[in-house]
Amino acid sequence: MPLSATNFAQPRPVPVGIRSNEKSLSSDPFRFRFRGSPSFLGSPHSLRFNPTPPLKLAIPHCRRSAAAAVTDVSNGTMVKSSANMLITKEEGLELYEDMILGRFFEDMCAQMYYRGKMFGFVHLYNGQEAVSTGFIKLLKKEDTVVSTYRDHVHALSKGVPARAVMSELFGKATGCCRGQGGSMHMFSKEHNLIGGFAFIGEGIPVATGAAFSSKYRREVLKEASADHVTLAFFGDGTCNNGQFYECLNMAALWKLPIIFVVENNLWAIGMSHLRATSDPEIWKKGPAFGMAGVHVDGMDVLKVREVAKEAIERARRGDGPTLVECETYRFRGHSLADPDELRDPAEKARYAARDPISALKKYMIENKLANEQELKSIEKKIDEVLDDAVEFSDESPLPPRSQLLENVFADSKGFGIGPDGKYRCEDPKFTQGTAHV
Amino acid sequence: MLRAIRHKNILPAFSAFRAFSSSAKEMTVREALNSALDEEMSADPKVFLMGEEVGEYQGAYKITKGLLDKYGPERVLDTPITEEMALICLLNILQAGFTGIGVGAAYYGLRPVVEFMTFNFSMQAIDHIINSAAKSNYMSAGQISVPIVFRGPNGAAAGVGAQHSQCYAAWYASCPGLKVLSPYSSEDARGLLKAAIRDPDPVVFLENELLYGESFPVSAEVLDSSFCLPIGKAKIEREGKDVTITAFSKMVGYALKAAEILAKEGISAEVINLRSIRPLDRSTINASVRKTNRLVTVEEGFPQHGVGAEICTSVIEESFGYLDAPVERIAGADVPMPYAANLERMAVPQVEDIVRAAKRACYRSVPLAATA
Repeated sequence: MPLSATNFAQPRPVPVGIRSNEKSLSSDPFRFRFRGSPSFLGSPHSLRFNPTPPLKLAIPHCRRSAAAAVTDVSNGTMVKSSANMLITKEEGLELYEDMILGRFFEDMCAQMYYRGKMFGFVHLYNGQEAVSTGFIKLLKKEDTVVSTYRDHVHALSKGVPARAVMSELFGKATGCCRGQGGSMHMFSKEHNLIGGFAFIGEGIPVATGAAFSSKYRREVLKEASADHVTLAFFGDGTCNNGQFYECLNMAALWKLPIIFVVENNLWAIGMSHLRATSDPEIWKKGPAFGMAGVHVDGMDVLKVREVAKEAIERARRGDGPTLVECETYRFRGHSLADPDELRDPAEKARYAARDPISALKKYMIENKLANEQELKSIEKKIDEVLDDAVEFSDESPLPPRSQLLENVFADSKGFGIGPDGKYRCEDPKFTQGTAHV
Repeated sequence: MLRAIRHKNILPAFSAFRAFSSSAKEMTVREALNSALDEEMSADPKVFLMGEEVGEYQGAYKITKGLLDKYGPERVLDTPITEEMALICLLNILQAGFTGIGVGAAYYGLRPVVEFMTFNFSMQAIDHIINSAAKSNYMSAGQISVPIVFRGPNGAAAGVGAQHSQCYAAWYASCPGLKVLSPYSSEDARGLLKAAIRDPDPVVFLENELLYGESFPVSAEVLDSSFCLPIGKAKIEREGKDVTITAFSKMVGYALKAAEILAKEGISAEVINLRSIRPLDRSTINASVRKTNRLVTVEEGFPQHGVGAEICTSVIEESFGYLDAPVERIAGADVPMPYAANLERMAVPQVEDIVRAAKRACYRSVPLAATA
């Protein structure tokens, strides 16, 4: 379907009937979340995520596009597609390697932090690797990823070298941002990772803008190859923030090529998602704005990958945004400074049993895609990569004094850059001609 | 649509009596901004406008009049609130969203010009102006530059109350990574807006609602489509030798009127139009104070930690030995803006206040307090 200017700016008619259908699909969202009536100010101890009775969260059929995968959340098994294997051996090994890199990297960060080599705020991603790997490994280099403060693994999945990320965390001049960003502000223009934002919800409008620029380039600047999509990663806590809704609205209105990926790990520092949200089912907020809303088991990389594939294709085609809620869990605390006392150990154990890496390993071995030896060799390789990264970072120099005042502006002389790309103030005709000071 | 700005326009008869060397055309600040936007949009297809009511409403203050028709809805984007004109009171809701979108687009080389209906609403989006626009070039060590312009009316209007009258020059000017400009005349408006749009860094462009309708003479050079003023350079609007008066935006007009009054009393005031609040043109200010030995700073915003505070400190740090009198600082009253017309008049600097301050700096005895 050709994208015309009218599609771009006019609001689309709201589909009739979405809301009434909505109700029938999931009548009482609280039924399978709480025991008894939900208590408004209840302590977290009374609000445990209880997967029994079994949850079959169906996906609403958004009237404008086909529904995505139905997932089985209650047990940790992977759903095999009715046809063949979901992945080839090469893909499987790639996914495994990426998840192992993410996991081992974060573990190494914790080690380095406690040894004093890393400092400040460090937010680790252990347990959520399936989301990062499942989505980002399907992207092209030109596609954009926008993340939050929990961005190390997004950076690694997108292709930023482990050395660059580790050095950045150590605050060395060889880091991806030369030590000026830190753990929460990973930027890489080469890999199209545009942050790294500390405020929750801050990355969402920026991601929406990146998606907007893709659409603008294609439609206004007429660059036919500009079909890159943007992924915005954020958490469950962000879904109660105003910016999220503003961007859902605008992305759906302007049909932007963006995928909103909610990493719902049920906890916003120590605030349980169930205690903080009137309707905890985040995927439902998609259809409310006129876009597809999908829920997926975020501990299963293959399921995430299937959902991601569809969402990315939809965005690339020009059919607009998708909201994907990945139910996942972080094995560690919110940050390395978080004592993590509020979460129930039984809950943690339940999710530890659904570790995405072990699940993928089990799947690959059972389906004869790889053997124990090959997977072990991948782990060994990653160990070496990380040892090298740490050594490199240790030996890297700290930023020089002169770097303190650099990079505040792209053009610090304050006169701007002229149309020929040079500083305008260097043009001798500048003060003689039209500019009268 | 746009009134054609061409050199060949027939000038009204009375201007023939002005003895200017180049043809003196008059242009309102509104027309100046509109023409600057128009020319920059036609020169570079990556420039686009975004804001509430910029399109079909032709701009809340008609600054973007005609641009929707000329460039189409893809380049002049009404942000979503426009469907609901009846909910004008809820204008400020969407600030965070569209400002962040502007920043995201700027990361990818587009050049958005984001309009805030007034800068008071920018407080809803200030996280994006500071944290994702101003700081990104630094946090990414130069990888991501943000060529975005945030523009809109700033400061007190007339009778609009406390929440619509604050001046944000000091707030934005204290943040590294931003450039903050504040034009006074049409020449300033045109030149600085064009420079801001071409600049690869985030620029906060503080206009003034009451100046939009004011007309100023513009020379032929100003009307040229490549006209551009440098960022970071102040202009000496009126030369003098007894006291330096610095001001920006509407206060420049007041300072010039005050200078006229002072001239009749034998005090020759030098009026500096700052034009650029960040970077502040410290060298021009200091050179002027070294010449006149006295300083009066004028601004409309709140006094504490204001623009005047910074200028006074700069002068004390660099030109202390040259000062013959304590520096005088005129600012708005240290209260939220009242509504009643007489109280509002007292809460904003008036020409008499500037005259009195200049006289104090010149050691002419004058009482300190203002009368109602």
